[in-house]
Amino acid sequence: MNVPAPEYRYHTLVVKVENRSGVLARVASLFARRAFNIESLAVAPTDDERFSRITVVVDLESAPLDQVIKQLDKLVNVVEIRELHPGHAVERELMLVTVTAEPDRRDEIVEHLDRAGGKVLSVGTDHMMLSLVGPPGRVDDFEDLMRPFGIVELQRTGRVALASLDDVAD
Amino acid sequence: MATEQMDGGRALIRALEEEGVEVMFGLPGGAILPVYDPIIDSSIRHVLVRHEQGAGHMAEGYAQATGRPGVAMVTSGPAATNIVTPLCDAYLDSIPMVVITGQVPYPAIGTDAFQECDTTGITQSITKHNFLVTEAQDIPRTIKEAFHIATTGRPGPVLVDVPKDIVDPGNPRSAMTWTDDVQIDLPGYHPLVEVDPEGIRAAADLLRGAERPVLYVGGGVLKARAVQALRELAELTGIGVVTTLMARGAFPDSHELCLGMPGMHGNFTAVTAMQESDLLVALGARFDDRVTGKLDGFAPEAKVIHVDIDPAELGKVRRPDVAIRGDVRVAIEALVAELSANGTGDVDRGAWRSRISGWQERFPLAYEPWAPGEALKPQHVIECLRDATPDDTIVSSGVGQHQMWASQYWKFDHPYTWINSGGLGTMGFSIPAAIGAKVAHPDRMVWAVDGDGCFQMTGQELVTATVENIPIKVALLNNSYLGMVRQWQEMFYDERYSEVFLSKDVPDYRMWAESMGCEAMRVDDPDEVEGAIAKANEVDDRPVVIDFRVAAEEKVYPMVPSGASNSDLVVPPFQQDQPR
Repeated sequence: MNVPAPEYRYHTLVVKVENRSGVLARVASLFARRAFNIESLAVAPTDDERFSRITVVVDLESAPLDQVIKQLDKLVNVVEIRELHPGHAVERELMLVTVTAEPDRRDEIVEHLDRAGGKVLSVGTDHMMLSLVGPPGRVDDFEDLMRPFGIVELQRTGRVALASLDDVAD
Repeated sequence: MATEQMDGGRALIRALEEEGVEVMFGLPGGAILPVYDPIIDSSIRHVLVRHEQGAGHMAEGYAQATGRPGVAMVTSGPAATNIVTPLCDAYLDSIPMVVITGQVPYPAIGTDAFQECDTTGITQSITKHNFLVTEAQDIPRTIKEAFHIATTGRPGPVLVDVPKDIVDPGNPRSAMTWTDDVQIDLPGYHPLVEVDPEGIRAAADLLRGAERPVLYVGGGVLKARAVQALRELAELTGIGVVTTLMARGAFPDSHELCLGMPGMHGNFTAVTAMQESDLLVALGARFDDRVTGKLDGFAPEAKVIHVDIDPAELGKVRRPDVAIRGDVRVAIEALVAELSANGTGDVDRGAWRSRISGWQERFPLAYEPWAPGEALKPQHVIECLRDATPDDTIVSSGVGQHQMWASQYWKFDHPYTWINSGGLGTMGFSIPAAIGAKVAHPDRMVWAVDGDGCFQMTGQELVTATVENIPIKVALLNNSYLGMVRQWQEMFYDERYSEVFLSKDVPDYRMWAESMGCEAMRVDDPDEVEGAIAKANEVDDRPVVIDFRVAAEEKVYPMVPSGASNSDLVVPPFQQDQPR
């Protein structure tokens, strides 16, 4: 397994697990027990119903990546761990956000949204609900841009990731 | 293919029989009741304990003495929580064990039903794996998987939680079809045994060039049945061996290459040889903090070869120069083959050997001899016991001063004769563990070396020993104190003794032991020690307890103070002027 370049504090692991009850709890409990910090965690079924995929972003200031991977691998329900090097992964996150949007400011909001590649989901008298799918950094930036307008409610999914195509070939 | 209709409870017991289980330790209760009924017709011996913690430690003692998985079965709720300590103990010491717990009926889970607790949730981080079985049909496969996981790779405890409805013949959910071709289904579990030949060659190269090498042997060598291979490696290379607390007996103490036990209460030679070494060959050992002392001061000049079946141990504490993942016996045998074929190198280690023998001469394990008017010396009791018992006697111990003295002053020349709680440090371990070992080896002599603090935690299991006809012997080193804590308060808390004095008079251990059906003696005088032990060794039809009233002020030496470097090992006062 490759050790990441030290400048990356966060690292993404894609963990294929058996699709059984309690498996997410085992992973979460392992992180707590070994004092590993999680930046984000997303879990969903895969194309094979026997397995689920957990995408977990770990904070490497709390533990060396090598230990995190080896301890995870000891969980009996963990089938495979893929380490996604930050430079070689396609990462996406979904954000839903409701912002204050008086009619005279909507154009400005939509301009930001178009540039980020997001969508308007619904428009109310004084509010708009928006969605954005993108790399986590772009989602961060868009969140910052929306803040001055007034964020009423916001929900992010945490990131999911796949290896970039160059790395799939092997 | 043979199939048979049966209920889940019967299937559970049959699955245990198929695994070759000959004995289990347990205590029945509401949720597990249906599984106790088929025990009556089973070939499996059931030992009825007095407290579920005892069942767990007995299973551990059985496993330690035999290498086969220990089995315990208890009910739900409080019984499950009572067995949490042995599970954690087995987890830290990598002991193969399968624990079966009853659970409330599946539909009642989550309703806070009577004697319900989240057993798999509670034990998740202290088991190698655990299962909640939800269908009767899954019972045989789950039991097979539990034994497979417990005994392969790095061994450990596995818990199987069984809801009552799937084992109760009165409930239609318990109906299942027994088949003989049950397959395990563990797509995420692939323990690796084979070792990388590249690693073996790199390790051999380091060994050939080392001037001050030490073989640092941990409990993994015993788990992997690698004792013979280790001896070949040591004798082929002439390299000295230290055996950790978990590995006592893995290399004979009487062997000329044996350096003793390392660690906080290790002997001077073992601790110092590791400190001064230029190559540590860690074999199934995990650089525990009780072995390394202050980590950044540990063996500062040593390169490290680390062999372990658990990859997570490689680099967890100390970064190895050569890491070899795999079975330690396979690795040692490969190393022996490589060194035999291509030579062991021609480094002259004469100077190193003479430094070692200098330490051995100047700093032997020793204590101030008894003087008239003084209380009995606990070390003397251990020495008498060692000298008066057969070579293959199994010794178990609790946790504290008596444990360290037993480990130091016993002479371990055979593997699997020393059973103790190393990682978790569980007081009260010795009596139930001794019972488990005696059940495994009824023809061998089994002595529990215990302290008075420990004895009061699990002593009631002597009732189990008497009633079940398991005649263990207990050497109680009774100093009326929580001795190790007292030692720390004397040395590091200005002799301010806080809550460590138990009592000089109560309990009366002799009366207590007699009331539990044991032969019991009390010894105050050094002259009576040998006679009492001889008498105890004659008793074969019931347990024996000897209450040795020993000196409270006696301390365990040598000692690395907590947080100090191993170079600052404190030797007994009468050795302090010796040149190091």
